[in-house]
Amino acid sequence: MTTHITHEEDAHHAHHGHSHGHEAGHGSMKSYMTGFILSVILTAVPFWLVMGDVFQSKAVTVALIMAFAVVQIIVHMIYFLHMNSRSEGGWTLLALIFTIVLVVIALSGSLWVMHHLNANMMPVSPDMMRNAP
Amino acid sequence: MFSHLDTKSLIFGRLDLGAFPLHEPILVATFIAVALGGIVVVGALTYFRLWGYLWKEWFTSVDHKKIGIMYVVLALVMLMRGFADAVMMRTQQAIAFGGNEGFLPPHHYDQVFTAHGVIMIFFMAMPFVTGLMNFVVPLQIGARDVSFPFLNNFSFWMTAAGAVLIMISLFVGEFARTGWLAYPPLSGADYSPGVGVDYYIWGLQVAGVGTTLSGINLVATIIKMRAPGMTMMKMPVFTWTSFCTNILIVATFPILTATLALLSLDRYVGTNFFTNDLGGNPMMYVNLIWIWGHPEVYILILPAFGIFSEIVATFCGKRLFGYASMVYATVVITILSYLVWLHHFFTMGSGASVNAFFGITTMIISIPTGAKVFNWLFTMYRGRIRFEVPMLWTIGFMVTFVIGGMTGVMLAVPPADFVLHNSLFLIAHFHNVIIGGVVFGVLAGFNYWFPKAFGFKLDPFWGKMSFWFWLIGFYFAFMPLYVLGLMGVTRRVSQFEDPSLQIWFIIAAFGAFLIALGIASFIIQLIVSFIKREELRDVTGDPWDGRTLEWSTSSPPPDYNFAFTPVIHDHDSWYDMKRRGYTRPLEGYRPIHMPKNTGTGVILAGLSVALGFALIWYIWWLAALSFAGIILVSIAHTFNYKRDFYIPAEEVVATENARTQLLMKKA
Amino acid sequence: MSSTPLDTKGEPVFYLKEDHHPENSTLLGFWLYLMSDCLIFAVLFATYAVLGRNYAAGPSPADLFDLTLVAINTAMLLFSSITYGFAMLAMEKNNKKATLGWLAITGIFGLAFLFLELYEFHHLILEGAGPNRSAFLSAFFTLVGTHGLHVTFGCIWLVTLMVQVSLHGLIPENRRRLMCLSMFWHFLDVVWIGVFSLVYLIGVVG
Repeated sequence: MTTHITHEEDAHHAHHGHSHGHEAGHGSMKSYMTGFILSVILTAVPFWLVMGDVFQSKAVTVALIMAFAVVQIIVHMIYFLHMNSRSEGGWTLLALIFTIVLVVIALSGSLWVMHHLNANMMPVSPDMMRNAP
Repeated sequence: MFSHLDTKSLIFGRLDLGAFPLHEPILVATFIAVALGGIVVVGALTYFRLWGYLWKEWFTSVDHKKIGIMYVVLALVMLMRGFADAVMMRTQQAIAFGGNEGFLPPHHYDQVFTAHGVIMIFFMAMPFVTGLMNFVVPLQIGARDVSFPFLNNFSFWMTAAGAVLIMISLFVGEFARTGWLAYPPLSGADYSPGVGVDYYIWGLQVAGVGTTLSGINLVATIIKMRAPGMTMMKMPVFTWTSFCTNILIVATFPILTATLALLSLDRYVGTNFFTNDLGGNPMMYVNLIWIWGHPEVYILILPAFGIFSEIVATFCGKRLFGYASMVYATVVITILSYLVWLHHFFTMGSGASVNAFFGITTMIISIPTGAKVFNWLFTMYRGRIRFEVPMLWTIGFMVTFVIGGMTGVMLAVPPADFVLHNSLFLIAHFHNVIIGGVVFGVLAGFNYWFPKAFGFKLDPFWGKMSFWFWLIGFYFAFMPLYVLGLMGVTRRVSQFEDPSLQIWFIIAAFGAFLIALGIASFIIQLIVSFIKREELRDVTGDPWDGRTLEWSTSSPPPDYNFAFTPVIHDHDSWYDMKRRGYTRPLEGYRPIHMPKNTGTGVILAGLSVALGFALIWYIWWLAALSFAGIILVSIAHTFNYKRDFYIPAEEVVATENARTQLLMKKA
Repeated sequence: MSSTPLDTKGEPVFYLKEDHHPENSTLLGFWLYLMSDCLIFAVLFATYAVLGRNYAAGPSPADLFDLTLVAINTAMLLFSSITYGFAMLAMEKNNKKATLGWLAITGIFGLAFLFLELYEFHHLILEGAGPNRSAFLSAFFTLVGTHGLHVTFGCIWLVTLMVQVSLHGLIPENRRRLMCLSMFWHFLDVVWIGVFSLVYLIGVVG
């Protein structure tokens, strides 16, 4: 019950100053170049893995491609889209996390549901057909 | 597509005289009635020289209050159309027994039930809810408008454009005969070669653009435009539920858009997403559309929960019981609503683990909803309850919705669902929650906020008539459907053999008749209230002894909503201000920065109707032209940098002084 | 109630006497739009993931995709991302000419990307592997095509903004618009990471 309106005003202006400052404040040459070089590496390696037939095991290659993709998406988010927990009071990051959760639900849910459908309703694979007694 | 390239089809596509249903007496009569009504309205508007007024003050307005009102008007018009469909279906099913084919042939009946579902969800419930949110939310958070006023106007007109496309289908061509979600392969090119499904697709796509943009707009508004001091946990509950609803809109309508786009590719280009051959899978459509469809029902019900929360607190004269738990329940529902979609197709044939997972999540989502019901009950407990019309709707809702919720939990049990799937039990269930929840909610909100929008209350007698007819009519109309569903009657059937079923359908038709009286009472209520408006006038701006900010300003609020930006200390901020002796400031007014009106939204929506119509009828030149028009008008719009103006201080002074005079006269 | 602001006489304050300027919402609103767009792509990715192996006795990714072409295409998009970044740096230094220059280069990379993609599509259709051949190809063309459509709109928008910047200079409105397009452009690059990894690379691996 002690704060005076002047304080509120100050806080208000300070808040404003910050937000404008942030809108203007963006990446620097260094951060863009870091992002670019990392992206080049993270793109080149998976292409090399596939085009150069580096691993015998498909599973290893697929897992590595996925891992590189995830890392590269994070690199883009940080260095090109300038994501951080401060911009817009954290709402952009919150929106992004929410979206990622929904994307994961939609993708994995669809795969799970439709896989189940195929397994239950079309239990006969061509392979089984060939080996049927 | 281009098989017979003659001049006629180059110009008119597949549109010809046969597309006009001249051989259907019902449609011809409807058309004549609509045309006569239209001529009367247009004539009256011209005679009273209202076109300029409408264009300047309403159609091009970017004022969130006017846009909200236009949304509600659209919703009411479409309610009439959707309800007419409902009456036709109830009548048909009550008489079509034992060789009597009724008055609707199957191909017409199928269009009627599809149109009923599509219109009631997309063009009645959605605009009604969006309209209320648009009108109320900026007022509740102490803002002067939404974040993107032009976008708001554009969103409304896109929704209206979708409704126009659906209405055109009544008289030009036909509507889909597929049910309201248009499952393939029935909705694919092979089984629905006509224009019906195309009307469905483009009507929803055009309206969907509007819905998504308005969702983005309101989310940004609630995050960015709150008055100083209003932290998230001091927001009114209706603003909270609107916030969650709009998050759901932004996060689900794109899924509908993409899914319908895939269906249209199947129909127009010949791709194989949902076909039976070449690797397509129709169940993928069902899967995708319900990833949108389940959150959609929460998009509709959450704002209704918010409306009831505001009304219960106001008419019991108490703080809402468990504000924080209400907020958390809303947030939990928002997230959980993405984890239950498969319960709409348990019978698809996925295995036990999938069905068990979605059955359990469905049961879990009823817990936060149940918590809300208890919160409302505890708010009423020991409150000084005033049984005004909005409160009656709220109590009617609490009883009805709980019944609907419980039948929902029954359907959530997969083995039970295998028996009840697609039966009339399901129809009874979802009407139970949508009428008992959403419709009661928006009508409660309509009665509650009407005096804010127009400055006079609605007549309580006809309001109560409307309520009791609706409530009793609802039970007569839908309880028999539960019985029929348990007896195994499936949905979407236009004729029956077993005469023992007929009595239940007759009771249901009687219920529909009672609801019709409820709607008639509602219309009478509007007319009577308008005639008695001086008697019902409220000059205080606070007719119900309200608790949230919208009641602190005049009714109707000035264009700028608040002459001074309010500062918030509590979540019942207006109650807090009244309690602590707030006095209305009488001087120190300053010019107010406001957005300018623009006609771009109307133009873009008009072009979208042309684009949709052209795509439906394969009129490719018109499609190309209107698409190019949309792009060019949009780009031209961005070249206009002067989109705002200042309301001069003198005008603010004049408006506010007029209100001071009124308040003094009353005192 | 400890934070209740009081005026100089110790009375609680219920309204602001001065003007209140809420923060501009454009960047947040545009970000929300991008999130919704993300879900459109999520549907297309999910469709591809579910139907992507339904070849209907037709060609499979290993038969069709030319990874060298995809690598060049990916490079185009990545270059356009960094050049857009340079445009933003120039904008911050208030250098209108450099901004326009970098935007033009970005646009050229964007067009090169589109050209290569159209070439690939044309080539596939000529081989009889059009979108009607199988569910796999329907999903492939739709996913990649939707991304391409987004790039097309990005290019149209880019040209519009270049005209506006040259007409009115780097005024706050134009800066905000450039920032929105920047987010859009980088977002498309992020989507492309998903496309080349899931569709092309994993498709060819099998």
